[in-house]
Amino acid sequence: MDFGFTIAAYAVAAVLFILSLGGLSGQESAKRAIWYGIVGMAIAVLATLVGPGQGLWLLSLVLIGAGGVVGYQLATRVQMTQMPELVAIMHSLVGLAAVFVGLNADFEMGRVAAAFGEAGLAFPRLEEASLEAMDFAKQFTGFAAIVAKKTAVEINILKVELMLGIWIGAVTFTGSVIAYGKLAGKVDSAAKKLPGGHMLNAGAAILSLVVAALYLGGAGMWTLIALTLLAFFIGYHLIMGIGGADMPVVVSMLNSYSGWAAAAIGFSLGNDLLIVVGALVGSSGAILSYIMCKAMNRHFVSVILGGFGGTSGPAMEVEGEQIAIEADGVAQALDEADSVIIVPGYGMAVAQAQQSVSELTKRLRAKGKEVRFAIHPVAGRLPGHMNVLLAEAKVPYDIVMEMDEINEDFPDTDVVIVIGSNDIVNPAAQDDPNSPIAGMPVLEVWKAKQVFVSKRGQGTGYSGIENPLFFKENTRMFYGDAKASLDKLLSLLD
Amino acid sequence: MPGAAPRGAANRNEKGSDKVKIGTPKEVIEGEARVAMTPDSALQLQKLGYECLIETGAGAAAGFTDAAYKEAGVTIKKTANALWKDADIIAKVRIPTDEEMGRLTKNKTLISFFNPGGNEAGLEMAKEKGANVIAMEMVPRISRAQKMDALSSMANIAGYRAVIEAGNNYGRFFTGQITAAGKVPPARVLVVGAGVAGLAAIGAAVSLGAVVYAFDVRPEVAEQVESMGAEFVYLDFEEEQQDGAATGGYASVSSPEFREAQLAKFRELAPDMDIVITTALIPNREAPKLWLEDMVKAMRRGSVIVDLAAEKGGNVEGTVADEKVVTDNGVTIIGYTDFPSRMATQASLLYATNIRHMMTDLTPEKDGQINHDMDDDVIRGATVAFEGEITFPPPPPKVAAIAARPQEKPKELTPEEKRAAEVAAFKAQTKQQVTLLAIGAALVLSVGLVAPASFMQHFIVFLLSVFVGFQVIWGVSHSLHTPLMAVTNAISSIIILGALMQIGSSSALITILAALAVFMAGINIFGGFLVTRRMLAMFQKS
Repeated sequence: MDFGFTIAAYAVAAVLFILSLGGLSGQESAKRAIWYGIVGMAIAVLATLVGPGQGLWLLSLVLIGAGGVVGYQLATRVQMTQMPELVAIMHSLVGLAAVFVGLNADFEMGRVAAAFGEAGLAFPRLEEASLEAMDFAKQFTGFAAIVAKKTAVEINILKVELMLGIWIGAVTFTGSVIAYGKLAGKVDSAAKKLPGGHMLNAGAAILSLVVAALYLGGAGMWTLIALTLLAFFIGYHLIMGIGGADMPVVVSMLNSYSGWAAAAIGFSLGNDLLIVVGALVGSSGAILSYIMCKAMNRHFVSVILGGFGGTSGPAMEVEGEQIAIEADGVAQALDEADSVIIVPGYGMAVAQAQQSVSELTKRLRAKGKEVRFAIHPVAGRLPGHMNVLLAEAKVPYDIVMEMDEINEDFPDTDVVIVIGSNDIVNPAAQDDPNSPIAGMPVLEVWKAKQVFVSKRGQGTGYSGIENPLFFKENTRMFYGDAKASLDKLLSLLD
Repeated sequence: MPGAAPRGAANRNEKGSDKVKIGTPKEVIEGEARVAMTPDSALQLQKLGYECLIETGAGAAAGFTDAAYKEAGVTIKKTANALWKDADIIAKVRIPTDEEMGRLTKNKTLISFFNPGGNEAGLEMAKEKGANVIAMEMVPRISRAQKMDALSSMANIAGYRAVIEAGNNYGRFFTGQITAAGKVPPARVLVVGAGVAGLAAIGAAVSLGAVVYAFDVRPEVAEQVESMGAEFVYLDFEEEQQDGAATGGYASVSSPEFREAQLAKFRELAPDMDIVITTALIPNREAPKLWLEDMVKAMRRGSVIVDLAAEKGGNVEGTVADEKVVTDNGVTIIGYTDFPSRMATQASLLYATNIRHMMTDLTPEKDGQINHDMDDDVIRGATVAFEGEITFPPPPPKVAAIAARPQEKPKELTPEEKRAAEVAAFKAQTKQQVTLLAIGAALVLSVGLVAPASFMQHFIVFLLSVFVGFQVIWGVSHSLHTPLMAVTNAISSIIILGALMQIGSSSALITILAALAVFMAGINIFGGFLVTRRMLAMFQKS
């Protein structure tokens, strides 16, 4: 097969990928869109396998198959509540693969240069290349053939692209591993920094630039390895410094990075499909990060650099006390209520309470009550996390509302049940200009007639901010594990 | 639950403790069955740190026995005298008699209905004695104070009871029925005045099956009336009505022309109405006469009028306070003034809860000590005598409105203004876009100046892809963000192409690294797509 066919197949695949992302605009079309993605990927892989310069296709197929088995296991075994961890760890694979591919490209370049050297020809080739050199270049296949045809300027650009790909890929790799650790609870989720803080990151970045310059100057392989290690360190240290509550931004940011890494590698390999897909994924992740940051009213930079921005004064004193309530009180209030809004948060995911929530919804709806869900954009640890959990528990998606759709309805609501969320329902964001989350859009649950907060204990949330909601007159605290509490409540609702 | 034993008595006080005591005497006015403390409210008051006292038999008429009080940890006092002497805070229902006022001393606090506007003697007496008096009818009508708004809770009961009394005196069904024995038309009920009592009456009458009409001088309550299931009676009258919100939610005196239009409407309705319930009151004035003699005459024999304003002179010509009269044409006019007392159990439960909330506000520390904070809007508003001073009338409350002004809707923009705003927004947007494009174009061009053509070819692809990505991703629905991440993750394993191109290299190191990359990307492709499919399959419509 010749090169033209491969390019054509890539074009088809690229269109399919775009359709696949575009189809996610609605729940129904998404089910079709996913097939576009699968077919696109199949076409791309097959075209590459049969395309020019490909050897060892049997080994490739076996490896893909083996990867497929592992991937299948992962995908079918994972709990929906563990989705953030899974996504994070899969990003790390893409990052590492990008690093490997980048390093390989450099080896290949070295090999081609060595071959030219042995033949006594100049490499990179001169602008006015001799016929001899042209002929010599023909013996190479695959990527090496592309390299062999490059001029000096092109080789330098190639080197920059390679370094970008490797650097971003390496940051993505360690960053994703740490993000996975934090989400899975294997690494302490609090923001931690080595002594030196941002200076360490800045130092590592500057050092990266120095090493990069050396590499361009022809200092050899070790510079590339050093660059990789520096990037590993930056990825590790950057994500260690970000608290658990900011994970939605981190995960979507890493998603973006893995895309940019692929695009950079695409440039160096001269592969347009890699560039297209990398750019699609990169911009998708960037937009998601932007949406998440906006939902938290934070600047992307301050999220990435970790920790909350400095506050301008002491937080407002919270008056009153938290009043606890038992399941029978909640049951009675639900019995009397006509309209109920449920606000789920990460606590629901942790307690695996989504089935109980679904059951509660079903029973209340059977009694003719209006039950809806209010989802804050950053609820959970992944963009859209709550929607997925509720969908898993078979909560119909047309009663699951976004913040903007439902925020005005709280004053007309009889009962709001907050399950394991904290900062996203914190009135301090509106009332207290000194609060670290001041200005963040929040669900105005306190405007409802009655609010029940299901919560494990009296502690503050991930961000460690006191929540005045818990002290309001119309708020009752329903302490206990979310699932246990809800099951108890269900037994009281006939 | 009359006389039901409340759950436990956690804070039972020892006799003779030095805690501050709240006492409730038996109501002395004849026929008053309500009581200001129930066993339930006593438990709550004890939680605030108070000791509770009650005069023996005080709750009997409302269905609360002495035993039930005892069970709740309340000390029973044999005589009213002993109670007034021992208690530091006296909570009662009706306006205190002179004898009761005489028992007040300095440092005692009285919480009761007091009618401060028409009870100057009582105010003087309180001032003389140096006692603090909180008048429950003076609780400001603001959201925060709703839980202690005894007028509303009593009005609610009165409205409900008015319908029950009307039904008791009306010889037919409320609901329309078609039976084997003949067709029964539904009763037609007119409620005049849609305050708390009016709305409660509407609710009760509607749920009994009657066809209900309601009128109020404040057109903004039409929505509330309709929400209760009644039809609002509009007047053909063009005059700017004073907004009820400006007067604390009460109706004000209307102009003579308006009154005429109103009466004409009633005259038109009167022959068709089976039951009329009037609840129109204007603060500190005689009740307006709205249902005149000729309207009563126009009503059918057997019709019933309930006049909830009888205490203030009545809305109906022919009302006799505290009496039921039947006119010559067979219309029954009920002028009872003791509707809440006729439902003493319910009324006591609500009133005692109002009192308890008042005490909660008076005891911010929950330490059993009154903190009579005259800076608090609610407490200041309700206090009519404080430490030897008459503090009535209170200054106007800082927070006035209880009903949102419907007039405050954003001003409708004229088409020209709208157009202008649109054009301005369009211009701003254009300007922003053009600036961004110019900067972008300059950047791309400057790259093009140095980079070779082979790079620029790929660069164009890259730019277009980023652009397509931005356009496409904005359309993704919020709820599908997690599937989006999973699917982008899956397709980002397109990096596998790079590895596949390298795996055939003659260098072993390159092959190994490429093989690893292929393997990892393989995991990602399958894992990513499968998990996305799993998620998407779960989304379903109800």
